[in-house]
Parts: sequence; C-alpha cells; structure tokens
Amino acid sequence: MSVTTSAAPDRNRRSRRREALRGWSYAAPTALFVLFVFVVPLGLVLQMSGSDWPLLGGNQGWNFPENFADAASHRLFWDSIWFTLKYTVITTVLLLGLGLGLALLVQESTRWKSVLRTAFLVPSALGLASASLLFYVLYSPYAGPFADLMQAWGFTFLGTPDGALWSTVFLIVWRFAGFYMLLMLVGLQGIPDDVYEAARIDGASRWQTFRDITLPLLRPTFALTTVLCVTGSLLAFEQFYILTKGGPDNSTMTIVQLIYNVAFQGQNDLGVAGALSVIVLLALIVINVVQLRVLRRGEES
Amino acid sequence: MINHRRRGLRALTAIVAATTLVGLAGCAANDDTPPAAEDIGPEGVDDGTTLTLWTRAPLEKQANLLVDAYNASHENQVELTVVPNDDYVAKVGAAAGSGGLPDLFAADIVYVPNWVEQGLFQDISAQIDGLDFKDQINQGHLSAGTSDGKEHILPFVLDLSMLFWNKELFAEAGLDPESAPANLTEFAEAAKKIQALGKDGVYGTATGLNCGGCLVFTWFPSVWADGDEVLSDDGTESLLASDTAKAVYDTWNDLWESGAVLPSSQDEAGPTWTAAFTEGNVGLMFYPATLLSSTPFDVGVAGIPGPDGGASTFVGGDGIGISKDSDKAAQAWSFLNWMMSEDAQVEVLAKNDDVVSRSDFANNEYAAKDPRLVTINEVAGQGDTPVAMNFQQAFNAPGSPWLTLVRNAVLQGTDTVDADNDEITAILQQ
Repeated sequence: MSVTTSAAPDRNRRSRRREALRGWSYAAPTALFVLFVFVVPLGLVLQMSGSDWPLLGGNQGWNFPENFADAASHRLFWDSIWFTLKYTVITTVLLLGLGLGLALLVQESTRWKSVLRTAFLVPSALGLASASLLFYVLYSPYAGPFADLMQAWGFTFLGTPDGALWSTVFLIVWRFAGFYMLLMLVGLQGIPDDVYEAARIDGASRWQTFRDITLPLLRPTFALTTVLCVTGSLLAFEQFYILTKGGPDNSTMTIVQLIYNVAFQGQNDLGVAGALSVIVLLALIVINVVQLRVLRRGEES
Repeated sequence: MINHRRRGLRALTAIVAATTLVGLAGCAANDDTPPAAEDIGPEGVDDGTTLTLWTRAPLEKQANLLVDAYNASHENQVELTVVPNDDYVAKVGAAAGSGGLPDLFAADIVYVPNWVEQGLFQDISAQIDGLDFKDQINQGHLSAGTSDGKEHILPFVLDLSMLFWNKELFAEAGLDPESAPANLTEFAEAAKKIQALGKDGVYGTATGLNCGGCLVFTWFPSVWADGDEVLSDDGTESLLASDTAKAVYDTWNDLWESGAVLPSSQDEAGPTWTAAFTEGNVGLMFYPATLLSSTPFDVGVAGIPGPDGGASTFVGGDGIGISKDSDKAAQAWSFLNWMMSEDAQVEVLAKNDDVVSRSDFANNEYAAKDPRLVTINEVAGQGDTPVAMNFQQAFNAPGSPWLTLVRNAVLQGTDTVDADNDEITAILQQ
C-alpha cells in the first residue's frame, strides 16, 4: 500500500518531466535558430556599438557613448536621415497608390485579367540587386538604349541629384508595384460581396462605394502594406549601392548606405557603424509601433 | 510571477552568454599573432603546397598571367581569387578580423601603409634584403610597405597613369599625332580642337568626376609635374589648395564649361571611366598604362603634364605580401621571389605589354619593340606614390572630401578650394 502511494507522485513527476522535455525538443530547433540568427547578431551589434572597433584592427575596448556621439555628429548623418525620409514618403505614396490602382484594374473579371496580373507581377520575381543592375545598364550613357540620345542632349539619368533620386524611384516602383498589387488584391477579395450588394441596393455610386466601403475595409491591408513599404524604404540599400553609391555629391545617401560606408568604405569604423545601426533599429521600432497603433486605433473606432 | 521572473532571467542569461561568447570570439581573433619567422631561405620552399591569393578585379589580367606562369613552372600551386574592386576592403577587413586572410594578398598601394600598420602583412625584411637586385625594385611600392624599418610587401603590378591620345582624331583635328601636348594648356587646346570637329558622340576628353580614385590617379601627377606636392611628408596635411593645384582645377573647369568633356564624366563613379576612350570616342585623356594592350587603335603615350609642363605619373597598382594568417610563409615567399625574377617580369609582364617593377628590366626585348612601353617605364621613375594612413577615407571613398573639392571647383566653379582642402586635412589627421 505504501509502495503504491509513493509511486503515483513519482510517475506523475516523471510524466510531467517527459512532457516538458518533449515540449523543449519541439521548441529547441526554432529557439536555436532564433538564438544564432537573431539574438547573437543583435548582441554583436550592441557590443560593436559600444566598442572602439576599427574594421582592420578588431575590438579595441569599450567606447560608449563616444560612438553614438560620433555617429550623430557625422557630417552626413542628418542629410542621410532627411533623404531617407523623403525617399520613404515618395515610394510609399507611389507604391501604395499604384498598387491599389493596379489591384482595382485587375480585380474585375475581364478577359485580360490573368495576363495583366502576371505582367504586373513579373518584375517582383527579379531580385532587387539584379533589377538594379538591369536599370544600371538601361541608364548607362555607354551601353543603355538611350545612350546616343543622352549624349546628344548632355543628359545623364544618375548625374544630377534629382535625376538619381527619380531614376531610383522609377526602378523601385517598377520592381515592387506588382507585389503591392497582389497584397491589395488579397485585401479587396476579402471584402464580402454582400456589402457591395447592399450598397448597390441603397443606390450608392461607384465613388461612394469605393470611399465608404472599399477604403475602410481595406484598412488592415493598408496597415500591412504601409509597415512593409515604410520599413523597406527606410532600410533601402541595394538599389542605391548599385545605381548611385550615395552620389552624386552624397545627394542620395540613405542611412543604410551611410552605415555601409562608415563600416567598409573609408572610415572603416565598425563601432560608429554599429551605433548608427542601433539608432536605426530604435527608430524603426518606434515608427512601427506608432504606425500599428494609429492604424489599429482607426480600426477599433 | 516567480516563474515569469525566472524565465526572464534565463532569457537574459542566454543573451548575455551569447554576447559574451561573441565578444570572446572577437577578442580571440584579435589576439592572433603572426606566426614566428621561420627559416624561409632565399628562394622559399617549392614542395607542392597549395597557396591562396586574393587580388582586386582591375588587376585580374596580370594576376592571371602571373599565377598561370608560376603554376606551370612550380610544384606549388596558387589559387587565385579575384574580388570586385568596391568590395575588396570589406572582404579583407572581415577576413582579417576572423583570422581568415589568404596566404598572399595584394592591396592597392595607397592602402598599403594603413594595412601594414594594422599588422595584416608579415615582416619579410630579411627576404627582401637578401635580394641582390633590391635597389632596382620600384622604391615607391617598397617604401609604402615599410614601417619602422621593416619591409612587408613587394610590387605586384605597377599601374601608371599616362596621357593617352587617339592619333586618328588628332590628325583629323589638325594636331600632330606624333607629339604630346607639352603642358595642361596645350592639353586643353587639343581637347577643344577635337571637340570642334563636331563628330557625333566624340568628345575632347573624359575623366571620372564622381570617382575619387580616378581623380587621384590622374590629377595628382599634374601637380607633381610642376614640382609641387599633394601631401605633407607625414601624410597628415593636404596641399591640394596650392597655386598649381588650383591651376589644374581651373583648366578642368574651363574644359567642362566649354563642353569638351564627355558629359557622363560628371557622374562617372569608376566602373566605365575609360570606356569612351577605348571605344575611340575621346581625343585624349589621362588613362591607366595597364590598358595599353587592350586599346584597339593607334595611341600616343606620354607622361602627364603639369600646368607649366614637365611630366609625372601616379605609380599605382598593387603591392603584395604574405598575410598575418598564413602558416605557409616559406612557400608564399617562393611565389614572391619568382615574381621578381626575369622570368616573371620580362617573360610574363613585359611580354604582355605590362610595366615591369624592376628598373634594370625597363629596356627589355619586348619594350624595345614598342617605344611607348619604354616611355611608360621611363616615366615610372619620375612618378610618385602618396602615402597617408587615412588615404581611403580622404580620397577614394564615395563622397570623400576630395571629391567634394573637385566637384565644387570644376562642376560648380565655386571658390571653395581652401575650405574643402581643410576638410581633407581634417580627415588625414584623424
């Protein structure tokens, strides 16, 4: 009798331990992945941002908060932030507007629906670096299709600050418009037909339907696409690295291009580059939280 | 509550442990010391070892020729990795931090002083001192690799900036195809005359006005040709606001405003800065001597003149040394020693229209067949290689203060040379 009373809790404990072990074994691969792919690099960047760490010399010891002061006083810090924000606003407005427009265009079941959807989506299948190289050649005064015209008119796509900005924006719109069209299309198709049916019965015009039904019900889609677009634009790098390298005259210097330059092109200072990265990370967290809060509040109201 | 706290503590411990591990890894990599000097011998060891070598893309052709010739005549085998120019510093930096540098690696000569100072190359003074032709080796490259009296690199490939002119376009413009402009004023006049031909897509001259490295390579010699300097002896002060330097900017500003400069030069960041000349669409320009063999038409070659004449050149290219991470120094020296031999200098480099690194081979049998090569080899002796620790940041980096100075003075025509020059000095002194 005494044997059975002491054995039962033991079995229970063993089975609980086995369950916990099983739970850990399910979670362990992901936990390890998260540890090495997210936590360790993040820890490394934090360590870098507080250390005197030249690219070629290795870690020379603690240097906090000097790195942050150096980062904030870099001659291109505010210029790059201003340019990145300007670029983000332009691309977000254009991509979301165009994405919605294209989605509305291909939403109706027409004969050409599939062809158009595919045509708009094809550029998204191309890697951003490959697309940038393609446009680098297109814009080239030597190899590009407009080379003769450009030489005759003394015009270069990437030769002036405005030209470089809008040439890059054009590439990005070409590359991403189809992708945002797809997201918008999913949002549009999530709106129940009954709502439109009811509006039609009530005699709503097309514009009223769009303004009072489509746009409000697309709010969750807008929340997602805005976060994606803003985050992607704030972190813009490949297109500028390949097309402009931040030039001419540092006029297209994004904050990530500046981080790259500080780390690998000239200053070779991983500490200051790390501090800049941490600043960008914190700014992104704040911006995303604010964005989601605003959009969610609108949703609740 | 306690559970939550405990879980939070565990997570924190994990992060701290991971960060510490990473930190330790960084420290460990940092503590790497160069292998102890071993008895390498005057000719190194040729025992069938496989060596790794990195070079940057602009020198790919010469590196391939040298590596192929060495591999064909030795038991050791060199595996060459060619890295895009823009990524080279980042790749070397990352490898240096993790102890993963190849056995041998070449470096743009203007970066060599910094990289030597950082301890990326092994000290090979004893081996270089043992070469009985040491005095004949290009002194600019040797001195760039010398720190505290210790030598670390040998010249890998010399790349000189020269004045090239298209003889056909010169003849069409009524200029003498056989004689070079004697000074910058004549250079500008020739460019304008070729521009005046009004040929579709043909321009007087071209340069890389958004490429710090190209401008350093081709405009510094104009200052040297007049007997001036571009940097102080210790490399911490920029002298690029001198009267001579200002005369150079004024000449180019005049050329730009007259429309005789290829328009895309304004945006040229480097990758295609020589393309228009190679295609025969530019009358004359300052151009890398390494491209002589791949220029498909008749060109004249001379040293780069200054505002008042003279001739000079930027002795660029790459130096090469044994990396701090190599434990095959004896085998690596076998490659370096062979590289300085007549077999490599004359039978590989000169034979393929490249510049030799030893002055005693300047008049070799191949150069004798092409007087332009003799000119290049001779001007190499009048050239210079600037030495400064922060050279990349001050001059070569995208958006460097040197680029700002040139773009302000030439494209905008502003009177900001003195202030912009102070910015360069500020970076050189960091």
